[in-house]
Amino acid sequence: MSKIDQYKFTRSHEWVRVNEDNTATIGISDFAQSALGDIVFAELPEVGSEVKANESVAIVESVKAASDIYSPLDGEVLEINSVLGDAPETLNESPYEDGWLFKIAINDVAQLEELLNFETYQNLYK
Amino acid sequence: MNKRTALYENHINANAKMVDFSGWDMPIHYGSQLMEHRVVREDCGVFDVSHMTVVDIRGQDSQIFLQKLLCNDVAKLTELGRALYSGMLNHEGGVIDDLIVYKMEEGYRMVVNCATREKDLEWIRDIADSFSVVVLERPEMSILAIHGPNSIDKVCAILAEEDAAKVKSLVNFKGVLCGDWFIARTGYTGEKGLELIFPETFAPMFWEKLMAAGIKPVGLGARDTLRLEAGMNLYGQDMDESISPLSANMEFAVAWEPTSRDFIGRSALTELKQKQADGNLPIMVGLVLEDRGVLRAGLKVITDKGEGVITSGSFSPTLNQSIALARVPQGCTQCHVELRGKLLPVLLGKPGFVRFGKKVFQS
Repeated sequence: MSKIDQYKFTRSHEWVRVNEDNTATIGISDFAQSALGDIVFAELPEVGSEVKANESVAIVESVKAASDIYSPLDGEVLEINSVLGDAPETLNESPYEDGWLFKIAINDVAQLEELLNFETYQNLYK
Repeated sequence: MNKRTALYENHINANAKMVDFSGWDMPIHYGSQLMEHRVVREDCGVFDVSHMTVVDIRGQDSQIFLQKLLCNDVAKLTELGRALYSGMLNHEGGVIDDLIVYKMEEGYRMVVNCATREKDLEWIRDIADSFSVVVLERPEMSILAIHGPNSIDKVCAILAEEDAAKVKSLVNFKGVLCGDWFIARTGYTGEKGLELIFPETFAPMFWEKLMAAGIKPVGLGARDTLRLEAGMNLYGQDMDESISPLSANMEFAVAWEPTSRDFIGRSALTELKQKQADGNLPIMVGLVLEDRGVLRAGLKVITDKGEGVITSGSFSPTLNQSIALARVPQGCTQCHVELRGKLLPVLLGKPGFVRFGKKVFQS
Protein backbone atom coordinates (compact mmCIF):
# COMPACT_ATOMS: atom_id res chain seq x y z
CA MET A 1 0.00 0.00 0.00
CA SER A 2 1.24 3.45 -0.87
CA LYS A 3 0.76 6.21 1.63
CA ILE A 4 -1.50 9.07 0.69
CA ASP A 5 1.31 11.61 1.31
CA GLN A 6 3.15 10.03 -1.65
CA TYR A 7 0.38 11.30 -3.91
CA LYS A 8 0.14 14.70 -5.58
CA PHE A 9 -3.17 16.11 -6.77
CA THR A 10 -4.58 18.44 -9.41
CA ARG A 11 -7.50 20.79 -8.92
CA SER A 12 -9.33 18.69 -11.52
CA HIS A 13 -9.15 15.63 -9.19
CA GLU A 14 -6.39 13.58 -10.81
CA TRP A 15 -3.59 12.14 -8.67
CA VAL A 16 0.05 11.40 -9.49
CA ARG A 17 2.30 8.90 -7.75
CA VAL A 18 5.96 9.11 -8.70
CA ASN A 19 7.56 5.70 -8.97
CA GLU A 20 11.23 4.91 -8.32
CA ASP A 21 12.13 4.62 -12.03
CA ASN A 22 11.12 8.22 -12.79
CA THR A 23 7.74 7.14 -14.10
CA ALA A 24 4.44 8.41 -12.76
CA THR A 25 1.19 6.58 -12.19
CA ILE A 26 -1.98 8.64 -12.69
CA GLY A 27 -5.50 8.13 -11.40
CA ILE A 28 -8.52 9.98 -10.02
CA SER A 29 -9.18 10.85 -6.40
CA ASP A 30 -11.59 9.17 -4.05
CA PHE A 31 -13.57 12.41 -4.00
CA ALA A 32 -13.85 12.25 -7.82
CA GLN A 33 -14.98 8.62 -8.01
CA SER A 34 -17.54 9.22 -5.31
CA ALA A 35 -18.92 12.31 -7.06
CA LEU A 36 -19.09 10.48 -10.40
CA GLY A 37 -20.94 7.47 -9.01
CA ASP A 38 -20.78 4.02 -10.60
CA ILE A 39 -18.18 4.08 -13.36
CA VAL A 40 -19.05 2.02 -16.45
CA PHE A 41 -16.33 2.88 -19.01
CA ALA A 42 -12.85 4.32 -19.07
CA GLU A 43 -11.39 5.46 -22.37
CA LEU A 44 -7.62 5.61 -21.89
CA PRO A 45 -4.82 7.17 -23.97
CA GLU A 46 -2.81 4.99 -26.35
CA VAL A 47 0.43 3.48 -25.13
CA GLY A 48 3.27 5.34 -26.82
CA SER A 49 1.32 8.59 -27.21
CA GLU A 50 2.68 11.86 -25.84
CA VAL A 51 0.48 13.66 -23.35
CA LYS A 52 0.74 17.24 -22.18
CA ALA A 53 -0.08 18.66 -18.76
CA ASN A 54 -3.66 20.00 -18.48
CA GLU A 55 -4.64 18.33 -21.74
CA SER A 56 -7.67 16.05 -21.85
CA VAL A 57 -6.25 12.56 -22.38
CA ALA A 58 -8.89 10.16 -21.11
CA ILE A 59 -12.61 9.94 -20.42
CA VAL A 60 -14.31 8.30 -17.51
CA GLU A 61 -18.00 7.58 -17.96
CA SER A 62 -20.23 6.92 -15.00
CA VAL A 63 -23.91 6.06 -15.07
CA LYS A 64 -24.46 9.76 -14.47
CA ALA A 65 -22.03 11.60 -16.76
CA ALA A 66 -18.87 11.59 -18.86
CA SER A 67 -15.82 13.32 -17.38
CA ASP A 68 -12.60 14.38 -19.04
CA ILE A 69 -9.38 13.34 -17.37
CA TYR A 70 -6.51 15.80 -17.71
CA SER A 71 -2.91 14.73 -17.64
CA PRO A 72 -1.16 16.29 -14.64
CA LEU A 73 2.24 16.11 -16.40
CA ASP A 74 3.94 16.01 -19.80
CA GLY A 75 5.23 12.60 -20.83
CA GLU A 76 4.96 9.46 -22.88
CA VAL A 77 2.28 6.90 -22.02
CA LEU A 78 4.02 3.65 -21.00
CA GLU A 79 1.15 1.52 -19.81
CA ILE A 80 -2.60 1.66 -19.33
CA ASN A 81 -4.59 -0.20 -16.69
CA SER A 82 -6.12 -3.06 -18.65
CA VAL A 83 -8.17 -4.19 -15.64
CA LEU A 84 -10.52 -1.25 -16.25
CA GLY A 85 -11.70 -2.68 -19.58
CA ASP A 86 -13.58 -5.57 -17.98
CA ALA A 87 -13.94 -4.15 -14.49
CA PRO A 88 -14.44 -0.37 -14.65
CA GLU A 89 -15.92 -0.55 -11.13
CA THR A 90 -12.33 -0.99 -9.88
CA LEU A 91 -12.13 2.80 -10.22
CA ASN A 92 -14.84 3.12 -7.57
CA GLU A 93 -13.53 0.37 -5.34
CA SER A 94 -9.86 1.27 -5.31
CA PRO A 95 -9.21 4.73 -6.73
CA TYR A 96 -5.68 5.02 -5.28
CA GLU A 97 -4.39 1.50 -5.97
CA ASP A 98 -6.00 -1.01 -8.35
CA GLY A 99 -8.04 1.66 -10.12
CA TRP A 100 -5.10 3.63 -11.54
CA LEU A 101 -5.55 4.87 -15.12
CA PHE A 102 -2.16 5.08 -16.89
CA LYS A 103 1.60 5.38 -16.38
CA ILE A 104 3.87 7.88 -18.07
CA ALA A 105 7.61 8.56 -18.38
CA ILE A 106 8.02 11.96 -16.77
CA ASN A 107 9.45 14.63 -19.10
CA ASP A 108 9.82 17.50 -16.68
CA VAL A 109 10.05 16.86 -12.93
CA ALA A 110 9.60 20.59 -12.27
CA GLN A 111 5.92 20.21 -13.17
CA LEU A 112 5.47 18.17 -9.98
CA GLU A 113 6.00 21.35 -7.97
CA GLU A 114 2.75 22.78 -9.30
CA LEU A 115 0.69 19.90 -7.92
CA LEU A 116 -1.04 19.89 -4.54
CA ASN A 117 -0.36 17.67 -1.59
CA PHE A 118 -3.23 15.62 -0.17
CA GLU A 119 -4.03 18.01 2.65
CA THR A 120 -4.23 21.07 0.39
CA TYR A 121 -6.29 19.15 -2.15
CA GLN A 122 -8.67 17.86 0.47
CA ASN A 123 -9.17 21.31 1.95
CA LEU A 124 -10.30 22.63 -1.44
CA TYR A 125 -13.41 20.47 -1.34
CA LYS A 126 -14.41 20.64 2.29
CA MET B 1 -35.65 24.54 2.69
CA ASN B 2 -36.46 21.57 0.50
CA LYS B 3 -39.46 19.38 1.16
CA ARG B 4 -38.84 15.99 2.74
CA THR B 5 -40.83 12.80 2.66
CA ALA B 6 -41.86 11.04 5.86
CA LEU B 7 -38.93 8.68 5.24
CA TYR B 8 -36.15 11.27 5.23
CA GLU B 9 -34.57 9.95 8.46
CA ASN B 10 -34.82 6.37 7.22
CA HIS B 11 -32.96 7.31 4.05
CA ILE B 12 -30.21 9.01 6.01
CA ASN B 13 -29.92 5.94 8.26
CA ALA B 14 -29.60 3.77 5.15
CA ASN B 15 -26.63 5.90 3.98
CA ALA B 16 -28.54 7.60 1.18
CA LYS B 17 -26.86 10.24 -0.90
CA MET B 18 -29.58 12.90 -0.96
CA VAL B 19 -30.04 15.25 -3.90
CA ASP B 20 -32.45 17.99 -4.85
CA PHE B 21 -35.28 16.71 -7.03
CA SER B 22 -37.71 19.49 -7.97
CA GLY B 23 -37.53 21.02 -4.51
CA TRP B 24 -37.48 17.70 -2.63
CA ASP B 25 -34.56 16.08 -0.81
CA MET B 26 -34.57 12.61 -2.37
CA PRO B 27 -32.18 9.63 -2.30
CA ILE B 28 -30.24 9.29 -5.57
CA HIS B 29 -28.54 6.09 -4.35
CA TYR B 30 -27.57 4.31 -1.14
CA GLY B 31 -24.01 3.50 -2.19
CA SER B 32 -24.20 2.02 -5.68
CA GLN B 33 -26.79 2.73 -8.32
CA LEU B 34 -25.69 -0.32 -10.32
CA MET B 35 -26.15 -2.69 -7.38
CA GLU B 36 -29.58 -1.23 -6.67
CA HIS B 37 -30.53 -1.66 -10.31
CA ARG B 38 -29.51 -5.34 -10.22
CA VAL B 39 -31.34 -5.93 -6.94
CA VAL B 40 -34.60 -4.90 -8.63
CA ARG B 41 -33.97 -7.08 -11.70
CA GLU B 42 -32.94 -10.13 -9.65
CA ASP B 43 -34.62 -9.90 -6.25
CA CYS B 44 -36.56 -6.99 -4.79
CA GLY B 45 -36.05 -3.33 -3.92
CA VAL B 46 -38.09 -0.45 -2.51
CA PHE B 47 -38.29 3.13 -3.79
CA ASP B 48 -39.70 6.02 -1.82
CA VAL B 49 -41.66 7.98 -4.40
CA SER B 50 -43.72 10.01 -1.96
CA HIS B 51 -42.66 13.17 -3.77
CA MET B 52 -45.15 12.23 -6.48
CA THR B 53 -48.59 13.78 -6.31
CA VAL B 54 -51.76 11.86 -5.46
CA VAL B 55 -54.96 13.54 -6.64
CA ASP B 56 -58.39 12.08 -5.91
CA ILE B 57 -61.31 12.98 -8.17
CA ARG B 58 -64.71 12.61 -6.55
CA GLY B 59 -68.26 13.67 -7.34
CA GLN B 60 -71.00 12.66 -9.77
CA ASP B 61 -69.21 13.95 -12.88
CA SER B 62 -65.91 12.18 -12.11
CA GLN B 63 -66.08 9.89 -15.13
CA ILE B 64 -67.16 12.45 -17.74
CA PHE B 65 -64.63 14.94 -16.33
CA LEU B 66 -61.74 12.52 -16.77
CA GLN B 67 -63.07 11.51 -20.19
CA LYS B 68 -62.56 15.18 -21.11
CA LEU B 69 -59.27 15.67 -19.26
CA LEU B 70 -57.36 12.55 -20.33
CA CYS B 71 -56.49 11.15 -23.76
CA ASN B 72 -57.06 7.60 -22.54
CA ASP B 73 -60.62 6.65 -21.65
CA VAL B 74 -61.45 5.90 -18.00
CA ALA B 75 -64.56 4.08 -19.24
CA LYS B 76 -62.13 1.19 -19.84
CA LEU B 77 -61.85 0.89 -16.05
CA THR B 78 -64.74 -1.50 -15.61
CA GLU B 79 -63.92 -2.72 -12.12
CA LEU B 80 -62.73 -1.16 -8.87
CA GLY B 81 -58.98 -0.87 -8.49
CA ARG B 82 -58.25 -1.09 -12.21
CA ALA B 83 -55.40 1.14 -13.42
CA LEU B 84 -54.87 2.99 -16.69
CA TYR B 85 -51.88 4.90 -18.05
CA SER B 86 -52.78 8.15 -19.75
CA GLY B 87 -51.52 11.47 -20.97
CA MET B 88 -53.12 14.76 -19.99
CA LEU B 89 -52.90 16.93 -23.11
CA ASN B 90 -53.17 20.61 -23.88
CA HIS B 91 -55.35 21.91 -26.72
CA GLU B 92 -52.43 21.61 -29.14
CA GLY B 93 -52.08 17.89 -28.37
CA GLY B 94 -48.88 18.36 -26.33
CA VAL B 95 -48.37 16.36 -23.16
CA ILE B 96 -48.94 18.37 -19.94
CA ASP B 97 -48.16 15.24 -17.93
CA ASP B 98 -48.38 11.46 -17.99
CA LEU B 99 -50.09 9.68 -15.15
CA ILE B 100 -51.73 6.57 -13.75
CA VAL B 101 -55.42 6.68 -12.91
CA TYR B 102 -57.15 4.09 -10.72
CA LYS B 103 -60.88 3.50 -10.35
CA MET B 104 -61.85 3.93 -6.72
CA GLU B 105 -65.11 3.56 -4.82
CA GLU B 106 -65.64 7.32 -4.53
CA GLY B 107 -64.38 8.19 -7.99
CA TYR B 108 -60.82 8.00 -9.29
CA ARG B 109 -57.28 8.38 -7.99
CA MET B 110 -54.55 9.84 -10.17
CA VAL B 111 -50.83 9.79 -9.49
CA VAL B 112 -49.06 12.59 -11.38
CA ASN B 113 -45.43 13.68 -11.52
CA CYS B 114 -43.71 15.70 -8.82
CA ALA B 115 -41.99 18.24 -11.07
CA THR B 116 -45.30 19.11 -12.75
CA ARG B 117 -47.44 19.26 -9.60
CA GLU B 118 -48.38 22.92 -9.65
CA LYS B 119 -49.20 23.30 -13.33
CA ASP B 120 -51.07 19.97 -13.25
CA LEU B 121 -53.24 21.00 -10.32
CA GLU B 122 -53.93 24.37 -11.90
CA TRP B 123 -54.94 22.75 -15.20
CA ILE B 124 -57.01 20.02 -13.54
CA ARG B 125 -58.87 22.59 -11.39
CA ASP B 126 -59.45 24.88 -14.38
CA ILE B 127 -61.09 22.12 -16.38
CA ALA B 128 -62.91 20.84 -13.29
CA ASP B 129 -64.72 24.19 -12.94
CA SER B 130 -67.29 23.15 -15.53
CA PHE B 131 -67.99 19.79 -13.88
CA SER B 132 -69.54 18.64 -10.65
CA VAL B 133 -66.36 17.18 -9.18
CA VAL B 134 -64.08 17.65 -6.21
CA VAL B 135 -60.32 17.70 -6.85
CA LEU B 136 -58.58 16.56 -3.69
CA GLU B 137 -54.81 16.46 -3.39
CA ARG B 138 -53.53 13.87 -0.87
CA PRO B 139 -50.19 15.21 0.37
CA GLU B 140 -50.51 13.17 3.57
CA MET B 141 -49.97 9.96 1.60
CA SER B 142 -46.66 8.15 1.26
CA ILE B 143 -45.98 6.19 -1.91
CA LEU B 144 -43.64 3.22 -2.00
CA ALA B 145 -42.83 1.19 -5.10
CA ILE B 146 -41.59 -2.31 -4.32
CA HIS B 147 -40.34 -4.11 -7.39
CA GLY B 148 -38.47 -7.21 -8.47
CA PRO B 149 -39.21 -10.90 -9.06
CA ASN B 150 -39.54 -11.57 -5.31
CA SER B 151 -41.40 -8.38 -4.43
CA ILE B 152 -44.93 -9.68 -4.07
CA ASP B 153 -43.91 -12.67 -1.94
CA LYS B 154 -41.72 -10.54 0.30
CA VAL B 155 -44.32 -7.81 0.80
CA CYS B 156 -47.12 -10.31 1.41
CA ALA B 157 -45.01 -11.97 4.10
CA ILE B 158 -45.20 -8.81 6.21
CA LEU B 159 -48.79 -7.79 5.50
CA ALA B 160 -51.72 -8.90 7.65
CA GLU B 161 -52.99 -12.27 6.42
CA GLU B 162 -56.21 -11.04 4.86
CA ASP B 163 -54.46 -8.14 3.13
CA ALA B 164 -51.78 -10.48 1.80
CA ALA B 165 -54.51 -12.70 0.33
CA LYS B 166 -56.03 -9.70 -1.45
CA VAL B 167 -52.66 -8.58 -2.80
CA LYS B 168 -51.71 -12.07 -3.99
CA SER B 169 -54.87 -12.30 -6.06
CA LEU B 170 -54.15 -9.05 -7.93
CA VAL B 171 -53.51 -9.17 -11.66
CA ASN B 172 -51.21 -6.67 -13.33
CA PHE B 173 -52.60 -3.11 -13.44
CA LYS B 174 -55.03 -3.76 -10.64
CA GLY B 175 -55.12 -2.47 -7.10
CA VAL B 176 -57.07 -3.06 -3.93
CA LEU B 177 -57.90 -1.13 -0.78
CA CYS B 178 -56.71 -2.66 2.47
CA GLY B 179 -58.27 -0.26 4.99
CA ASP B 180 -56.78 3.12 4.07
CA TRP B 181 -53.84 1.49 2.25
CA PHE B 182 -54.17 1.24 -1.51
CA ILE B 183 -51.93 -1.47 -2.98
CA ALA B 184 -51.63 -1.95 -6.74
CA ARG B 185 -49.70 -4.04 -9.25
CA THR B 186 -48.27 -1.04 -11.12
CA GLY B 187 -44.80 0.40 -11.54
CA TYR B 188 -42.01 1.92 -13.56
CA THR B 189 -39.30 -0.73 -13.79
CA GLY B 190 -40.40 -3.47 -16.18
CA GLU B 191 -40.46 -5.95 -13.29
CA LYS B 192 -43.30 -7.45 -11.29
CA GLY B 193 -44.13 -5.31 -8.31
CA LEU B 194 -46.41 -3.20 -6.18
CA GLU B 195 -47.09 0.42 -5.48
CA LEU B 196 -48.46 1.24 -2.06
CA ILE B 197 -50.22 4.49 -1.24
CA PHE B 198 -50.88 4.89 2.47
CA PRO B 199 -50.96 7.48 5.28
CA GLU B 200 -47.44 8.76 5.83
CA THR B 201 -47.61 8.28 9.60
CA PHE B 202 -47.14 4.54 8.98
CA ALA B 203 -44.23 5.01 6.61
CA PRO B 204 -41.14 4.94 8.89
CA MET B 205 -42.30 1.81 10.73
CA PHE B 206 -43.32 0.02 7.54
CA TRP B 207 -39.99 0.93 5.91
CA GLU B 208 -38.12 -0.71 8.78
CA LYS B 209 -40.22 -3.86 8.35
CA LEU B 210 -39.27 -3.92 4.68
CA MET B 211 -35.59 -3.57 5.58
CA ALA B 212 -35.90 -6.37 8.15
CA ALA B 213 -37.49 -8.54 5.44
CA GLY B 214 -34.34 -8.10 3.33
CA ILE B 215 -35.86 -5.65 0.85
CA LYS B 216 -33.12 -3.24 -0.27
CA PRO B 217 -33.61 0.51 -0.64
CA VAL B 218 -33.25 1.78 -4.21
CA GLY B 219 -32.64 5.39 -5.19
CA LEU B 220 -33.91 7.58 -7.99
CA GLY B 221 -30.71 6.90 -9.99
CA ALA B 222 -31.56 3.23 -10.45
CA ARG B 223 -35.20 4.15 -10.94
CA ASP B 224 -34.11 6.08 -14.02
CA THR B 225 -31.97 3.29 -15.53
CA LEU B 226 -34.69 0.72 -14.76
CA ARG B 227 -37.42 2.72 -16.46
CA LEU B 228 -35.13 3.43 -19.42
CA GLU B 229 -34.42 -0.28 -19.86
CA ALA B 230 -38.17 -0.86 -19.70
CA GLY B 231 -38.62 1.77 -22.44
CA MET B 232 -40.82 3.95 -20.25
CA ASN B 233 -40.90 7.71 -20.69
CA LEU B 234 -39.72 10.30 -18.23
CA TYR B 235 -41.80 13.46 -18.34
CA GLY B 236 -39.83 16.60 -19.16
CA GLN B 237 -37.18 14.55 -20.85
CA ASP B 238 -38.85 12.23 -23.37
CA MET B 239 -41.93 14.39 -23.84
CA ASP B 240 -43.34 17.74 -22.78
CA GLU B 241 -46.01 20.23 -23.77
CA SER B 242 -44.55 20.62 -27.26
CA ILE B 243 -44.60 16.88 -28.00
CA SER B 244 -47.71 14.83 -28.76
CA PRO B 245 -48.25 11.23 -27.60
CA LEU B 246 -47.80 10.17 -31.24
CA SER B 247 -44.16 11.24 -31.14
CA ALA B 248 -43.52 9.88 -27.65
CA ASN B 249 -44.44 6.21 -27.97
CA MET B 250 -47.68 6.96 -26.08
CA GLU B 251 -50.24 6.24 -28.76
CA PHE B 252 -51.21 3.05 -26.92
CA ALA B 253 -52.54 5.43 -24.25
CA VAL B 254 -54.74 7.40 -26.65
CA ALA B 255 -58.31 6.07 -26.87
CA TRP B 256 -59.58 7.14 -30.32
CA GLU B 257 -62.82 5.20 -29.79
CA PRO B 258 -65.55 6.19 -29.21
CA THR B 259 -65.14 8.99 -31.74
CA SER B 260 -67.83 10.96 -29.90
CA ARG B 261 -65.51 11.44 -26.88
CA ASP B 262 -64.14 14.95 -27.25
CA PHE B 263 -61.07 14.82 -24.98
CA ILE B 264 -58.81 17.87 -24.75
CA GLY B 265 -56.26 17.81 -27.55
CA ARG B 266 -58.31 15.46 -29.73
CA SER B 267 -58.66 17.73 -32.77
CA ALA B 268 -54.97 18.69 -32.74
CA LEU B 269 -54.06 15.03 -32.34
CA THR B 270 -56.29 14.09 -35.28
CA GLU B 271 -54.36 16.52 -37.49
CA LEU B 272 -51.06 15.09 -36.26
CA LYS B 273 -52.37 11.61 -37.01
CA GLN B 274 -52.80 12.68 -40.65
CA LYS B 275 -49.26 14.04 -40.65
CA GLN B 276 -48.10 10.69 -39.31
CA ALA B 277 -50.01 8.86 -42.07
CA ASP B 278 -48.21 11.08 -44.60
CA GLY B 279 -44.91 10.01 -43.05
CA ASN B 280 -44.04 13.44 -41.69
CA LEU B 281 -44.21 13.04 -37.92
CA PRO B 282 -41.14 12.10 -35.86
CA ILE B 283 -41.40 8.88 -33.85
CA MET B 284 -39.74 7.62 -30.72
CA VAL B 285 -37.38 4.68 -31.05
CA GLY B 286 -34.93 2.73 -28.94
CA LEU B 287 -31.21 2.81 -29.67
CA VAL B 288 -28.42 0.47 -28.59
CA LEU B 289 -24.76 1.40 -28.88
CA GLU B 290 -22.54 -1.58 -29.59
CA ASP B 291 -19.32 0.41 -29.25
CA ARG B 292 -17.97 1.53 -25.91
CA GLY B 293 -19.34 4.80 -24.60
CA VAL B 294 -22.58 6.11 -23.15
CA LEU B 295 -25.41 7.74 -25.09
CA ARG B 296 -26.73 10.86 -23.35
CA ALA B 297 -29.82 13.03 -23.65
CA GLY B 298 -29.39 15.84 -26.16
CA LEU B 299 -26.99 14.00 -28.48
CA LYS B 300 -27.76 14.36 -32.17
CA VAL B 301 -28.88 11.27 -34.10
CA ILE B 302 -28.01 11.19 -37.78
CA THR B 303 -30.27 8.96 -39.88
CA ASP B 304 -30.88 8.16 -43.54
CA LYS B 305 -34.02 10.37 -43.33
CA GLY B 306 -32.59 13.35 -41.48
CA GLU B 307 -31.63 14.31 -37.96
CA GLY B 308 -33.11 13.28 -34.66
CA VAL B 309 -32.23 13.64 -30.99
CA ILE B 310 -31.66 11.41 -27.96
CA THR B 311 -34.21 12.23 -25.27
CA SER B 312 -32.91 9.81 -22.59
CA GLY B 313 -29.70 7.88 -22.62
CA SER B 314 -27.65 5.92 -20.11
CA PHE B 315 -25.76 2.75 -19.46
CA SER B 316 -27.91 -0.36 -19.28
CA PRO B 317 -26.65 -2.51 -16.40
CA THR B 318 -28.65 -5.51 -17.67
CA LEU B 319 -27.38 -5.38 -21.28
CA ASN B 320 -23.97 -4.04 -20.24
CA GLN B 321 -24.04 -1.50 -23.05
CA SER B 322 -25.50 1.93 -23.58
CA ILE B 323 -29.16 2.40 -24.55
CA ALA B 324 -31.28 5.42 -25.38
CA LEU B 325 -34.69 6.69 -26.34
CA ALA B 326 -34.59 9.01 -29.33
CA ARG B 327 -36.99 10.98 -31.49
CA VAL B 328 -36.14 10.44 -35.16
CA PRO B 329 -37.72 10.96 -38.59
CA GLN B 330 -40.32 8.36 -39.51
CA GLY B 331 -39.15 5.53 -41.72
CA CYS B 332 -35.44 5.83 -41.02
CA THR B 333 -33.49 2.57 -41.01
CA GLN B 334 -29.88 3.66 -40.43
CA CYS B 335 -28.76 5.59 -37.35
CA HIS B 336 -25.49 7.04 -36.18
CA VAL B 337 -24.71 9.08 -33.10
CA GLU B 338 -21.95 11.62 -32.91
CA LEU B 339 -20.00 10.94 -29.75
CA ARG B 340 -16.91 13.09 -29.05
CA GLY B 341 -16.26 13.76 -32.70
CA LYS B 342 -16.74 10.14 -33.82
CA LEU B 343 -19.75 8.93 -35.78
CA LEU B 344 -20.79 5.65 -34.16
CA PRO B 345 -23.42 3.27 -35.57
CA VAL B 346 -26.36 2.47 -33.27
CA LEU B 347 -28.95 -0.29 -33.51
CA LEU B 348 -32.50 0.93 -34.06
CA GLY B 349 -35.58 -0.76 -32.60
CA LYS B 350 -38.77 -0.28 -30.68
CA PRO B 351 -38.38 1.54 -27.34
CA GLY B 352 -38.05 -1.20 -24.72
CA PHE B 353 -34.91 -3.09 -23.88
CA VAL B 354 -35.53 -5.29 -20.83
CA ARG B 355 -38.66 -6.92 -19.40
CA PHE B 356 -38.77 -9.29 -16.42
CA GLY B 357 -34.99 -9.41 -16.27
CA LYS B 358 -34.58 -10.45 -19.93
CA LYS B 359 -33.50 -8.61 -23.05
CA VAL B 360 -36.44 -7.76 -25.32
CA PHE B 361 -34.81 -5.24 -27.67
CA GLN B 362 -34.80 -6.25 -31.32
CA SER B 363 -33.20 -4.20 -34.06
